[in-house]
Amino acid sequence: MDMVLEILSWGLLFIGSGFLLIGGIGIVRLPDVFTRMHAGGMIDTLGAGAVLAGLMIQGGFSIVTVKLALIIAFIWFTGPTATHALARAALHGGVKPRLDQSPEGDEPSKT
Amino acid sequence: MMAAVALAVLVTMALAVFRSIKGPTVYDRILAVNAFGTLTVVLISVYGFLSERPEFLDLALVYTLINFIGTIAVSKYVEFSHMGRPSGGDELGDI
Amino acid sequence: MGFMAVIGFAVARLRNLFAVVMLTGIFSLTAAVLYVILDAVDVAFTEAAVGAGISTVLMLGTLALTSSEERVESSGGSKWALLLVVATGCVLVYGTLDMPPFGDPTAAIHHHVAPYYLEKSGQEIGLPNVVTSVLASYRGYDTLGEVFVIFTAAIGVLLIIGRPKFGRRRTHRMLVGELSNSMRNNVILRVVSKLLIPFILLFALYVQWHGDFGPGGGFQAGVIFAAGFILYALIFDIDTARTMIPASITRLFLALGVLLYAGVGVAGFVLGGNFLEYSVLAADPVSGQHLGILLVELGVGMTVAAAMISIFFTFARQEH
Repeated sequence: MDMVLEILSWGLLFIGSGFLLIGGIGIVRLPDVFTRMHAGGMIDTLGAGAVLAGLMIQGGFSIVTVKLALIIAFIWFTGPTATHALARAALHGGVKPRLDQSPEGDEPSKT
Repeated sequence: MMAAVALAVLVTMALAVFRSIKGPTVYDRILAVNAFGTLTVVLISVYGFLSERPEFLDLALVYTLINFIGTIAVSKYVEFSHMGRPSGGDELGDI
Repeated sequence: MGFMAVIGFAVARLRNLFAVVMLTGIFSLTAAVLYVILDAVDVAFTEAAVGAGISTVLMLGTLALTSSEERVESSGGSKWALLLVVATGCVLVYGTLDMPPFGDPTAAIHHHVAPYYLEKSGQEIGLPNVVTSVLASYRGYDTLGEVFVIFTAAIGVLLIIGRPKFGRRRTHRMLVGELSNSMRNNVILRVVSKLLIPFILLFALYVQWHGDFGPGGGFQAGVIFAAGFILYALIFDIDTARTMIPASITRLFLALGVLLYAGVGVAGFVLGGNFLEYSVLAADPVSGQHLGILLVELGVGMTVAAAMISIFFTFARQEH
C-alpha cells in the first residue's frame, strides 16, 4: 500500500511539473493573448493541482494535507475566475481574437 | 527528486517573467503576473515540504487569495480605467 | 536573485507605468520567496500580502488618477551620476565583505540580545512563535511606534486627498449607464467573490489569533482583512461597499486600535509595573504576557485593517 502511494505521489508530481512546463512554454510561444490564457489556465489548474496533490499524498494524513487541500480548492476557484475576468477585460478592451490563419492577426490595442 | 519539481517551477517562472516583460498588450502582462503568483504558491509549498516546515502553507494560502484580488483589481482597472468611480450623493468626500 | 536583478532593471527602464506596476508585483513576489528561503516566514508573509497585493492595488489607484506613461525628461544621461552610483555601490559591497558570513555563530548580532530573547522567551512568555514574542513584548515599544506610523499614514492620506475640491458637488444620481459599467452584472465574479470573502475574513481572524503559534500576527491579519473588503469593493460598486463599511467605522477602528495598544501600556503602569509591561496584567506573569500580547496584536490588527481600507477607498473614490 505504501509503495502504491509513493508511486502515485511521485507520478502526480511529475505530471504536475510537466504541465507547468508546458503551460510556461505555451505562455511564451502561443500567438495570441486569448490562446495564452489557455496556457495560463493550464498552469493554474492542472499544473498546480497535480503538484499539490502529489505533495498531499506525500505528507501523510495530517493538518498539512488539509491545508494543501484548501490551497488546491482556492486555486481551482480563483484561477479560472481570474482568467475569466481577464478575458472579459481583454474583449471589452478591443483585443480581437485571431481567427484567421495569416501570420499577422488584427492589431490588439496596445498599452 | 523534489528538487526537480522545484526546478521545473523555476523554469516556468522564468518563462512567465519573459512574457511579462515582453507582452505587447497589457493583458499578456496581467496573465503573466497571475501565473507567476500561482507558481509562487506552488514553489512555497514545495519548499515548505523540502524543509519540513508546514507553516509555509499558511503563506501559500494567503498568497493564493491575494493573487486573485490583485488580478481582479488590475482587470477592473484596465477595463474601466478607474477603480471605483463614485457616482454621486456623498458631498463630504471620504473623511 | 537573478530574477530580482532582471526585474529591477526592467522596472527602471520601461516607460509604460502600468507594466512597471505589474513588474513590481513580481518583484515583491520574488522577494517573498527569498525570505522563505532565508527561513523568515513572518517577513515573507507580510511581504507577500502587502508588497505583492495591496501595493499593486494602491499603485493602480494612483495610476488611475495620473497618466500611464512616464514623462521622459531627457536629462542627457549624465555620466558623472552613473559613475557616482557605481562607486557608491562598490563601496557598499566592499563594506559588506567585512560582515560575518550568513549564519555565523560568532557574529556580533548573535551575542547580546538575540540569544537572551531566544532562550528566555520560552520561560518568560511561553509562546512557540518567538517572532511574535519579540515583536509584541520584548520590543513592544517599537511596535507601538510602528502602529502610530501606520495610523499617521492613513490620516495623512485622508487629509490630503479625502475631501473633494470645492465646487465639485456631485449631485446627480447614479445613471443607468453606470450600472452596466460596473462589474455588477458579472455573475461569475460575483458568485465566486461571495463564496470567497467569508473565507478571507475568517482566514484573517485565524492569522490574527494563530500568530502566537505560527507565522502571522496583527500586521498580516489586518492586511488580509482589508483585502477581503477591497475585493468586495472591486466586484460590487464602491458606493455599495462604502455603505457596508462607512467612513465613520473605519475612522473609529483606526483610532481604537492605537488606543487599545497604548491603553494596554498605560494599564501596565497603572497596575504597578512599567509602561507596556504585561507581566502585571494578570495573576501570574506568563498569563499576563499572553493577555498583553493578545490585546496588543488585536490593536495592531484593527489599526492596520482600518488604515488599508480607508487608504484604498480614498484612492478609489477620486475622480479624474
